Amino acid sequence: MDALLTGFELALTPQNLLYAVVGVLLGTAVGVLPGIGPAMTVALLLPVTYNVSPSAALIMFAGIYYGGMYGGSTTSILLNTPGESSSVITALEGNKMAKAGRAAQALATAAIGSFVAGTISTVLLVALAPTVAEWVVVLGAPSYFALMVLALIAVTSVLGSSKLRGFISLAVGLTIGLVGTATGQARLTFGNPLLADGIDIVVVAVAIFAVGEALWVAAHLRRRPLEVIPVGRPWMDRTDWGRSWKPWLRGTAYGFPFGALPAGGAEMPTFLSYITERRLAGKHRAEFGKGAIEGVAGPEAANNASAAGTLVPLLAIGLPTTATAAVILAAMQGYGLQPGPQLFEAEPELVWTLLASLFIANTLLLVINLPMAPLWAKLLRIPRPYLYAGILFFAVLGAYSVNFQWFDVALLGLFGALGFAMRRFGLPVLPLIVGVILGPRLEEQLGQALQLSRGDVSALWGEPVAVIVYLVIAALLLGPLVLRLIPGRQGPERLEDDIDALEEEVRS
Amino acid sequence: MAVTRRHTHGTGGRAAGDVRVRLPGHQASATLHGSGPRRPRRTGRARAALAVVLVAVVALAGCGVTRGDDGGENRRLRMMIPNSPGGGYDQTGRAATRVMESADLTGRFEVSNVIGASGTVAMQRLVNEEGAEDLLMTMGLGVVGATYTNGSDARVSGATPIAQLIEEQEGLLVPADSPFETVQDLVAAWTADPGSVRIGGGSSPGGPDHLFPMQLADAVGVDPTEVNYIVYDGGGPLTTALLGAKIDVGTSGLAEFEGQIAEGSLRVLATSGEERLEGVDAPTLVESGIDLVFTNWRGVLAPPGISDEVRDQHVALLEEMHATEAWREALETNGWVDAFVTGDEFEEFLVEQDERVAGTLTELGLL
Repeated sequence: MDALLTGFELALTPQNLLYAVVGVLLGTAVGVLPGIGPAMTVALLLPVTYNVSPSAALIMFAGIYYGGMYGGSTTSILLNTPGESSSVITALEGNKMAKAGRAAQALATAAIGSFVAGTISTVLLVALAPTVAEWVVVLGAPSYFALMVLALIAVTSVLGSSKLRGFISLAVGLTIGLVGTATGQARLTFGNPLLADGIDIVVVAVAIFAVGEALWVAAHLRRRPLEVIPVGRPWMDRTDWGRSWKPWLRGTAYGFPFGALPAGGAEMPTFLSYITERRLAGKHRAEFGKGAIEGVAGPEAANNASAAGTLVPLLAIGLPTTATAAVILAAMQGYGLQPGPQLFEAEPELVWTLLASLFIANTLLLVINLPMAPLWAKLLRIPRPYLYAGILFFAVLGAYSVNFQWFDVALLGLFGALGFAMRRFGLPVLPLIVGVILGPRLEEQLGQALQLSRGDVSALWGEPVAVIVYLVIAALLLGPLVLRLIPGRQGPERLEDDIDALEEEVRS
Repeated sequence: MAVTRRHTHGTGGRAAGDVRVRLPGHQASATLHGSGPRRPRRTGRARAALAVVLVAVVALAGCGVTRGDDGGENRRLRMMIPNSPGGGYDQTGRAATRVMESADLTGRFEVSNVIGASGTVAMQRLVNEEGAEDLLMTMGLGVVGATYTNGSDARVSGATPIAQLIEEQEGLLVPADSPFETVQDLVAAWTADPGSVRIGGGSSPGGPDHLFPMQLADAVGVDPTEVNYIVYDGGGPLTTALLGAKIDVGTSGLAEFEGQIAEGSLRVLATSGEERLEGVDAPTLVESGIDLVFTNWRGVLAPPGISDEVRDQHVALLEEMHATEAWREALETNGWVDAFVTGDEFEEFLVEQDERVAGTLTELGLL
């Protein structure tokens, strides 16, 4: 505790505070811009670190990381243009809320949720990092595979009213996920080396969400009466708070462990959080798909918590689990610092300054972003032709800046047309996005698990965590069927119990 | 300020074609800053990221100085990086350009990351810009292999070799409690049942971490096609797999594992270079009785079809860079081994590497 206070003392020097502010502003900016992520920003700023002290550089990088996680939500909510893959899910409900005049509330619940999640996770990081990181390496490919199967099965609950359409959408998403040479074999690349690395999820999401919608709006602009976006209240009211706090906590519970797990990432927890909130929404369930605040609060908390989780293995055993963490590691090594158990002893001041600055970065983000929410919300008052022109500009910029290839802009157009067609034929968007994100990872983990066992399939249930997850899946699938046979019991309630159990499993 | 004026062509000398497509910042720069010849040129990426929040410029001010007293005769070059920011080629390429800029050997370098298929896309672009006198590309062994595994016609040996800059040894890593104490233990287990030894590396087939165990297998009499090589997405996941003992042996450059090695959670059985690696307590393969020297390397290429005169200028430029104190420091900071080779010698080396890689991949049935 003393160590942490000392850390605060050092982090609160004017100079370090300035770096924290620069970091969160930069991070927010790159989060807002689709295509430019925190990893690339930190990489480009690496040369800067040669001129400043290690603690200042790390404080700035941590600010960028946290800021990036936060900033992505703003464009997701306002413009339906997710800036990062981890804020794709936020766009689902967030943008619907914005269209219903509740943009300020969506932005506020995202900001406060990020703050709550970030703070809790940083506390966990402080408490756990020195001791707990050893066991994160225990989970292997079979466990990750099982977790992803679980996630994929959970999608069936969000397939929408028409299961057929849901499965079509999922299949399209999985197919998009097949593109590339990840397996060593070129699939669906049509001989084009630009497709060899697969299709970036940001390009797909921006195209389906933003471009698809812009086309849809354009197609109906003159045929339908103008839907005026109502002027909403500027702040969250009592009901909003009441509906937000539990999702914040649950989102944190998903985000932190997934962030700490080497193959966890920030997308899976946002996605599980969304499905959980949808299941647990009770009387507000009908609002999902039309702008439910829970669907913003949960995923936003989850992605911020995962950012803090990432720092656990990074600081404790020098293990980078995301691209951003890898670049931060490179920066630390540039200073001759080697993260690992010895770092806490060798450089206690640096470590605690960094941890203290995480709290500061979180507070700064809240202070900077919360008052901005009502102002941002006014953006939607722009007449639609101009608004959508702006969105399209942003989308193209984003797709381009992923790889700086015209090719990605062409893909943006292609998938934009797909997004338009999906709206026309009533195909749900979420299964597609889930397919694109999960498909390749599922395959990678399966391939790895089988290669490690030399093709022995039983390896897939060779880890305890995997077994538990499969049991949960079995309960999820069979539970409702069995219960239907027992008279007097209602299926759906039991199903919710199962979801609770499932949550417990995933958390533990 | 000693400014070397070796060559005096402006930006107009660049190859026509895909300039507009290649760099978004280009057009932006025309409108934002005007296109005066003395403006510093940044990459599209840097521009996009930095233009957004000008605050960063304050931080960068220390290293971003415009040179402007030379009557516009500054030599401007473009450096293409075949992977993403933060990656190995990126670090080497940017370190080299930074040294050249700050030592006033050239004007501003325009650094651009051309990402795709482990460098195949960048290699193709280099070949397409045949005759472009202002273009350089940082590359290395991984790009050689990638052009083969991705079935590209743009071969490394077809470009104009300028210089090899650095070398990196590969190491054989095992978890602390691995049964393997020496390379010979590994070889014994490997020979008995090749598939039972799970080897993980941070590069896809054709990359150095993949080529190394294959050539090692060949050297100790194990059929490379029997080797159980598992691809991990870079150093992080590979570390995880090693620490969790999911794999038996990891093959990789050792820079990323310094911490784990120092702390004792990972051990090094052997390193692949000609001499022992400083700071690592492990024998070389040759010392362990295996006749194999394998090094990963990075260097600089220019497009095919440039004149000998321009090539010599590029070579001289890199020679000057290599002689600077700043480059020494960069080598040290990054743990790179100096391996400076230019001209014909580098060309022979490239041809040899090209053949060796093709040979290994053919043997594996990957071509």
